[in-house]
Amino acid sequence: MSLRSPLGRVRGLGSAKEGTAHWWAQRVTAIALVPLALWFVASILSLIGADYATTTAWIGMPVPAVLLILLLTATFYHAQLGLQVVLEDYVHNEGLKLAAILLVKFACLVLGLAAVFGVLKIAFQG
Amino acid sequence: MSTGKRPLSPHLQVYRPQITSVLSILHRFTGIVLAVGTLHLVYWIVAAAQGPESFAAAQAFTASWLGRFLLFGWTVALFYHLANGIRHLLWDAGLGFELRQVTLGGIGVLVATGVLTLLAWMAGYGFIGSGS
Ligand code: HEM
Repeated sequence: MSLRSPLGRVRGLGSAKEGTAHWWAQRVTAIALVPLALWFVASILSLIGADYATTTAWIGMPVPAVLLILLLTATFYHAQLGLQVVLEDYVHNEGLKLAAILLVKFACLVLGLAAVFGVLKIAFQG
Repeated sequence: MSTGKRPLSPHLQVYRPQITSVLSILHRFTGIVLAVGTLHLVYWIVAAAQGPESFAAAQAFTASWLGRFLLFGWTVALFYHLANGIRHLLWDAGLGFELRQVTLGGIGVLVATGVLTLLAWMAGYGFIGSGS
């Protein structure tokens, strides 16, 4: 027996009115982050002891620059989705919950953009 | 329908910690730790973009006692969240729900976290691989 109305089932959006989009994006970014995170740790290890010129030359190379931007995008997208769920679970005052979620989303956007801009600046002007 | 003050399940005060519940909350905890850790990553990249002086300051911070302590925390959290995240993805694919598999997988996640953290720091201190 389904407790959903026929219209509810056809729309398939559930009580949060967004269907599985949030859940799905969390999985897609998680899958992307597995290789990206491992690549990043290995890269950082190989950069230990490198000076400014070597480090920025590495960041600015096409493959590391693109992978770094992918890593940053996936990380902040994933973090923002994950933190939203945590806040939804623990903050029970509706106004406070909305404010906290917005704050997290803006912070993730600003941090992500700042870091991506940093990578691009290094790549294009050294 | 009023749901009043019904207790939530699991009622944490009377719930005996088990490997399943502890690893589950650790996934959430490490996710939050990693989100904070992104500040360190962004600081490092922005400092490199700003120039040699800012970069030197960022490197000095990371190499400091506090910086290394934080870095160790980020690596443990990352490896735990990554290994346990793969377990999550397998569950999402409908795999590994037998109690025995859940317990063994959980132990596997803890072992993987320990081994990967150890390997990374041994490489970092030059005991293995090309680190210095
Ligand atoms: C490295 C690869 C990663 C994988 C495979 C991964 C996987 C996952 C998965 C599958 C979930 C959903 C868990 C659930 O349904 O309860 C999740 C949640 C989460 N992740 Fe990640 N993640 C990764 C990296 C990261 C990073 C880098 C961050 C932070 C910057 C992060 C922050 C979070 C947060 C905050 C949550 C929400 C936790 C919760 O709802 O309890 N993750 N992760």
